[in-house]
Amino acid sequence: MRHLLSVTDLDAASAIGLLDTADRLKQALLGREVRKLPTLRGRTVVTMFYENSTRTRVSFEVAGKWMSADTINVAASGSSVGKGESLRDTAATLAAIGADCIVVRHPASGAAHRMAHWAERDAATGAVGPTGPGSSTSVVNAGDGTHEHPTQALLDAATVRDRLGGIAGRRIGIVGDVLHSRVARSNVFLLATLGAEVVLVAPPTLLPVGVAAWPCRVGDALEDELPGLDAVMMLRVQAERMHGAFLPSAREYAVRYGLSERRAALLPDHAVVLHPGPMVRGMEIAPAVADAASSAVLAQVQNGVHVRMAVLYHLLAGAAA
Amino acid sequence: MTAELLIRSARPYGEGEPVDVLVRDGVVAEIGPGLAGSASVETLDADGLVLLPGLVDLHTHLREPGGEESETVATGSAAAALGGYTAVFAMPNTDPVADSAVVVEHVRRLGEEVGLVDVHPVGAVTVGLAGVRMAELGTMAASRARVRVFSDDGRCVHDPVVMRRALEYASSLDAVIAQHAEDHRLTAGAQAHEGVVAAQLGLAGWPAAAEETIVARDCALAREAGSRLHVCHVSSAHTIAVLRAAKAAGVRVTAEVTPHHLLLTDAALRDYDPVHKVNPPLRTGDDTAAMRAALAEGVIDVVATDHAPHAAQYKDTEWAAARPGMLGLQTALSVVVAACVETAMLDWRGVARVMSERPAEIGGLADQGRPIAVGEPATFCLVDPDGIWTVHGAALASRSTNTPYEGMRLPATVTATVLRGRITARDGKVAN
Repeated sequence: MRHLLSVTDLDAASAIGLLDTADRLKQALLGREVRKLPTLRGRTVVTMFYENSTRTRVSFEVAGKWMSADTINVAASGSSVGKGESLRDTAATLAAIGADCIVVRHPASGAAHRMAHWAERDAATGAVGPTGPGSSTSVVNAGDGTHEHPTQALLDAATVRDRLGGIAGRRIGIVGDVLHSRVARSNVFLLATLGAEVVLVAPPTLLPVGVAAWPCRVGDALEDELPGLDAVMMLRVQAERMHGAFLPSAREYAVRYGLSERRAALLPDHAVVLHPGPMVRGMEIAPAVADAASSAVLAQVQNGVHVRMAVLYHLLAGAAA
Repeated sequence: MTAELLIRSARPYGEGEPVDVLVRDGVVAEIGPGLAGSASVETLDADGLVLLPGLVDLHTHLREPGGEESETVATGSAAAALGGYTAVFAMPNTDPVADSAVVVEHVRRLGEEVGLVDVHPVGAVTVGLAGVRMAELGTMAASRARVRVFSDDGRCVHDPVVMRRALEYASSLDAVIAQHAEDHRLTAGAQAHEGVVAAQLGLAGWPAAAEETIVARDCALAREAGSRLHVCHVSSAHTIAVLRAAKAAGVRVTAEVTPHHLLLTDAALRDYDPVHKVNPPLRTGDDTAAMRAALAEGVIDVVATDHAPHAAQYKDTEWAAARPGMLGLQTALSVVVAACVETAMLDWRGVARVMSERPAEIGGLADQGRPIAVGEPATFCLVDPDGIWTVHGAALASRSTNTPYEGMRLPATVTATVLRGRITARDGKVAN
């Protein structure tokens, strides 16, 4: 594995391999006074976030530090157009500096693919060049526009596996703004790869045209689906969706698609509730549901660090291991 | 002294036995076997190749003035001549916009100075392409540039009142309004054809309805005005049905399709290389099939390149930041051969019709797209139907390299291009 750009790059075996590694790393850290493994000592991980993010950026940074990598946060803002250096030049520059891994979040779908292309091409032609023999830069997609967020899907899968003991054959609902959600895209394809039955519940305006080709089913009313779900993932609905005529009002969304306490009671007892955060309490999810025992929201965050450690390990140490 | 050119052993329209074509002072003087010119005659050995009337492109972006880092009239003219073209219509979305006699005459003069292809400026419909106030169509029509095609291409004339008035006004000038049919309210932020590929790639969709609805509206406006409407770069199968119905009802509407919408689909987008970003977007295999059938049927009248050069800094970016458009002039004929001739949907007569004769009629050119006959202008392209070549953007004559056909092997090569008896391109090189 050279890059992690899309969950569609992963087959079931490699995805499970990542989850298993995450589990092993989690065990290795348990009970340690100093949470530090030497695995990636001397490796440089650069995080480049062109969009605001707290949990994902910090999660990657912590993951790198716990593996003894040198992690560097580059504050990036705005798009590359008209605001200084192009994304192409940034990718080539970071590769030339000797970054072993670039973790990138960008508002443009496909930005991570392009960064991987530029880093590779420049290494191949020698125009900028790698820093040493066999050296090369890996790119991790930490969220590209409305396309994908692969490590989020991996941490969601890890959480579901922890709570339910497995993923294959489980029915998992994804509820909300699927159209604009990179979390939904990555989850649909990864969970399907892992053998889950995925059900989408969303207003028709927030489902992409072409969703019929996805490896999932578009479900009926939320009430009708909840009793059959082993896990339900609530997506964030951004306030600006009320303006583009996607939805009549936040109130109506909460009434039709929110996970209220009454609705949560329709879930089977073993079912787990997930949310990628940040949560809009009261609209997508009732506060009591978010904080209930069935809620895995904070477990997701914890698993995020271990999954990202596993990704960095497979990318940066995988070839040598 | 008269200038003579003898084309030896060519097959007009790829039909019948090879004949010689003797040209005198830019006009076909004789056609027949075993012709001989004077002692000073220049000869072009066609060796049984296909002779077509010179190609005419209704939709070219030459970028000059203002976009010289991407293309100039000189580099675009060279690409045109090498692609078999003898006339191109240069779109007005330059800087400054070609919305006045001054700018269209400037572009016309630049074309004459280069002299490789007839450059016919297209005038803007509205001042600054802003879609609000009609540009001085009459002044541009009466200028030395003799503008007969008006378009806000790149933008749709969205206001129905402005479009109606423009259609009405243009009818008094014997001109046509060429519409970029896109309801921008339906395509806000759009990055790709709305469908399966865009859904997975997370690219905002450009719905087919945004084209279809404007074409339907404009056909109704053209019907009521009794005016000529030309629809640029039709891309959706659904638009074909609208055009067919309008034509059957007697609306004076014509339409074009680009080579890329005949051959390429949105499946090419999967690696996010913006060389495949174009407006309207690449659509599905069903759409390309519908485009080919409509072209063969005549519902779509012509192939127009929408040749849109962009310098690397505007293209080698993340997808959303990249400018839409792709090169077309040097690959158009080969793509049409691959999409329509090799599939037996068009013969060489058909190619002449959709790439030369009909575009010249729509653009109001009296001396282009003419029959290959005695007394007609000697304006041709000579095509090797068995030639195969590999496309390399860096080897094309354009100033930019944004071809979506990079590395592809395409059929048919242009061996020579002749403009009024003068060879403008030969064996892959332009005339000095």
